Amino acid sequence: MGTGDLALQYLLSGITKGSIYAVVAIGFNLIYSATGVLNLAQGEFIMLGGMVAVTLAHYVPLPVAVAGAVLVVTLVGCLLEWSLFRRLPNHSVLHLIIVTIGVSIVIQEASLHIWDEKVRSLPYFTGNEVSSIHLLGAAISPQVLWVLGTITVAVVALHGFLKYTLTGRAMRACSANPEAAMLAGINIRNMRTLSFGLSAGLGALAGCVISPITMTHYEMGAPLAIKGFAAAILGGLGNPMGAVAGGLLVGVLEAVSVSRMPAAYNDVAAFVVLLLVLFVRPHGIFGLPSGQAVREH
Amino acid sequence: MKRLSTGIWADKGGIRSSVEDEGGTIAGRLRGLVPVIGFAMAVPLLHLVLRVAGTEYCLTQLTMAAYYAIVVTGLGLLMGYAGQVSLGHGAFFALGGYTTAVLTTHDFSKWKAATGWLQEAHIMVARQDLYGNQLVTVTPWAAFFAAMAVAMIAGCLIGYPALRLRGHYLAMATLGFGLIVAKLLVGSNLTGAADGLNGVPEWILMPGLVVSGKVPVRVQNYYLACGLLLVVLVLLRNTVQSRVGRALKSIHDGEKAANSMGINTAAYKLKVFLLSAALAAAAGVFFTHYTAGIGPSEAGALKSLRYVALAAAGGMSNLWGVAIVSLALNYFSLRGWFGTYDNAVFGALLILIISLAPAGPLQPAAAWLRRRGWWRNAQSSHHGTP
Amino acid sequence: MKPNAISLLFSLLGSSLLMVVPSATAANSGPIKIGALFSITGPASFLGAPEDKTARMFIEKLNASGGINGRKVQLVVKDTGGSPEKAVSFARQLIEEERVCAIIGPSTSGETMQIKGLCEENKTVLVSCAAAEVIVNPVAKYVFKSPQKDSQAVLWIFKTAKAKGITRLALLSSNDGFGAAGKKQLEDLAKEEGMEVVVSEVYDKQATDLTDILTKVKSRPGVQGVVNWSIVPAQSILAKNMRQIGLNVPLFQSHGFGNLRYVQQAGAAAEGIIFPAGRLLVVDELPENHPQKALLAAYKKEYESRYKEDASTFGGHAYDAILIITEALKKAASTEPEKVREALENLKGVVGTAGVFSFSPTDHTGLDMDAFEMLTVKDGKFTIYKP
Repeated sequence: MGTGDLALQYLLSGITKGSIYAVVAIGFNLIYSATGVLNLAQGEFIMLGGMVAVTLAHYVPLPVAVAGAVLVVTLVGCLLEWSLFRRLPNHSVLHLIIVTIGVSIVIQEASLHIWDEKVRSLPYFTGNEVSSIHLLGAAISPQVLWVLGTITVAVVALHGFLKYTLTGRAMRACSANPEAAMLAGINIRNMRTLSFGLSAGLGALAGCVISPITMTHYEMGAPLAIKGFAAAILGGLGNPMGAVAGGLLVGVLEAVSVSRMPAAYNDVAAFVVLLLVLFVRPHGIFGLPSGQAVREH
Repeated sequence: MKRLSTGIWADKGGIRSSVEDEGGTIAGRLRGLVPVIGFAMAVPLLHLVLRVAGTEYCLTQLTMAAYYAIVVTGLGLLMGYAGQVSLGHGAFFALGGYTTAVLTTHDFSKWKAATGWLQEAHIMVARQDLYGNQLVTVTPWAAFFAAMAVAMIAGCLIGYPALRLRGHYLAMATLGFGLIVAKLLVGSNLTGAADGLNGVPEWILMPGLVVSGKVPVRVQNYYLACGLLLVVLVLLRNTVQSRVGRALKSIHDGEKAANSMGINTAAYKLKVFLLSAALAAAAGVFFTHYTAGIGPSEAGALKSLRYVALAAAGGMSNLWGVAIVSLALNYFSLRGWFGTYDNAVFGALLILIISLAPAGPLQPAAAWLRRRGWWRNAQSSHHGTP
Repeated sequence: MKPNAISLLFSLLGSSLLMVVPSATAANSGPIKIGALFSITGPASFLGAPEDKTARMFIEKLNASGGINGRKVQLVVKDTGGSPEKAVSFARQLIEEERVCAIIGPSTSGETMQIKGLCEENKTVLVSCAAAEVIVNPVAKYVFKSPQKDSQAVLWIFKTAKAKGITRLALLSSNDGFGAAGKKQLEDLAKEEGMEVVVSEVYDKQATDLTDILTKVKSRPGVQGVVNWSIVPAQSILAKNMRQIGLNVPLFQSHGFGNLRYVQQAGAAAEGIIFPAGRLLVVDELPENHPQKALLAAYKKEYESRYKEDASTFGGHAYDAILIITEALKKAASTEPEKVREALENLKGVVGTAGVFSFSPTDHTGLDMDAFEMLTVKDGKFTIYKP
């Protein structure tokens, strides 16, 4: 392989990982914008999506299974907000964040006991485990294209939803200024439920498309949540497009570091860069200090 | 919608105004001593009950839980009073434990020239390991100081720049720090890679007082661990009632205002961060000697998250509550009460406690006692929300 | 009402304490207690769960057939969740409270190493289900293990590779105890066996994509084969990623690949993987007169019909661990620690799932090179590798 081909191969590997982190980061941002809560159970939605889809795929065709999984997990997300977070109106945001840690553990353990400890996965959407597509000297699995395609479509659709539909605008209004939104007649509670549902559905969709590549396992959520959190912070909290950039950056950093140093330390490189960025730009690369001020005071 | 405008990680409302309540009058001071005396009496009482019941072996898990409680209590100070959250305290615990473990198990006999005078200075000692091999290792006391130094250097490295960060950004920075430490520990052969280190010798604190998990010294180790926890609690209580405590409270009430009043908020925050990091590292050193080893999972993100969760469940600024909740939950976990449901029970309890008693379970308990006229205390019980 | 509340509190406290009081059984009557530490949940649950199931099945069957020397056996299982501090705490409980006569497990080498000294000091026989060679080297009097030796697996792989004319290898391993132990053996033995290590990399045990590391392998000229040492699900990902980026050299796996689930996950990419393993996976191909045939077939059939999942060599390690202990107990006709230990150390020719065990004071693994068979994957199934 030539140097250029190699670089491209590393880059593609990084983009594959990065796009997954980006979806988690967008999920973080959706809920964060609407409620101020950092939902540390975000990774569990991805795991649940994969688990439910794999189970459904035994009975129904793949596309139906994926749609079913997204629907189920969206409902789980809504239910969480409705049954738990809505009932805690007098709690500080920190307490709610700790509750999400509890939720994450409970979902994970419930999955262990509902399913089991084994890995499982959806079949490849096109081709099989060994098929690959050659792209300018680099080779990738067709599933990577499915991941990239699905995530791009989801992000664009989400962007359109938030920008051009009435409900989406109402959601953004809630995050920009809750008091004013309430005065304007927006039902803030429902907007919050919606944000949890959207975030969970998005996570589930990602959980389905990555399942053939990463496999689905009851403990897969936490590491993804951590990387997604890093991506969201790097991109600047509350900035969906920043989250995409942050996710890709973390993924590419990991892949590039592998080419230069022992792979055992690939996370170290990514997190050292993250810390350095934070120390230079305390609000992430694309985050605005003023935006932060609105949220914190 | 006031909730949105309060601090994110800083639990502003949660800080108890203990300064006014307890600091002033003599009666107030005496009331402040009630938990200290209560705790000091509960420790031997518990021992007595266990002894009578013939279950003295439970002291082993109580001892381990007490060391974890020291970490969580220090974190409670950081979260409840300085309004900072650290998702990397597991890393400080591990830095303390690992430094000790490396120094007391690594054989330095190859460096003949240097080890001679170090042995004379009682920094190194020749000893035998379990299999009869002759080793020259650092003495536990010297290793303890080295461990604290390493933890403090790491604390400054991460704490100083991280002070510029707020809320979630600080949380991420500390989480990232923890992950880096965990990856380095698991990647390095010096620290035993994924297996961690074992065969850490016992630590003779003074003649007759040994940190070790062996059965003959089980009772003294229980008293040692609980004594250390009590000392830490008193130390922290004095800290929050001193100048530092008032400064911290002013940071809570408004950092800019505090700054303009001439309070160097950054310095105070760094001090509290370093104090809690030092407590975590010290707990790590004791724990490592007690269990005779340490593994990389101690530095993991999940462990750090668990500490934060325990501190929050205990009521953060309510340091007694933090200590008790942490002691109890870790004890049950280390006893294996819930079998394969251990994590599930922890998660469910976390949700329950925080939903029902956001200021920690001690607050409603105290309120109940007050209602029945058993305990008079001027402490206001306002919690989480303004 | 106040005294009532207090007395209620105390009686509650008292009863909760009584609950944890073990029935103080004398060593010579009642059931024989054997402790088990498995990581049934947590990051090593794919090892601990089948081990737990196997152990329970074994003990049930043993008791149904009359136990050991007329005494029933009681298995006390503790779930460590893969964390060393719990392993230490539970090992102390088993030794000091339950007064078990032996312990099987833990599932991982990290946990085993944390309690190795503890069992040695307290004179309690430990038969670990973890593979790393450090567990029995240096030999501790009371510590044994049931899986085959890493070094033997490495020698099998190198021998097979050489026969295929492969001498330049890329070594990959996961960053858990199993991977680290294998990496060390691979690197140490490569020199002696005349193999050249072109590149050696470690990946995260929870890795979800290994394309970048394999790209690095591909960029090094002259790699003739890849040896992957891990026990985690990521080894299926590795096989897939290799084929996807067109790294078409033979892939050798360790005995940690001995689980049909990994083959199913790797799908078409698993075809042609070569690895050493015990004969449990190819029991149907064994000749009728093979010493292990009857035992393996019985275990496989029983496990699969009871738990509705494929039997793996991981569960087999727990089977062997209990088998060894029960054989030693039968032979010792006593539960005295020293007698059990001595009986165990002198066991010869015990047929288990991993091989035929013959222990000695210097060999606490008890298996030789014959315990392994080189296997390969064909049409989604394990089969004996024929060069």
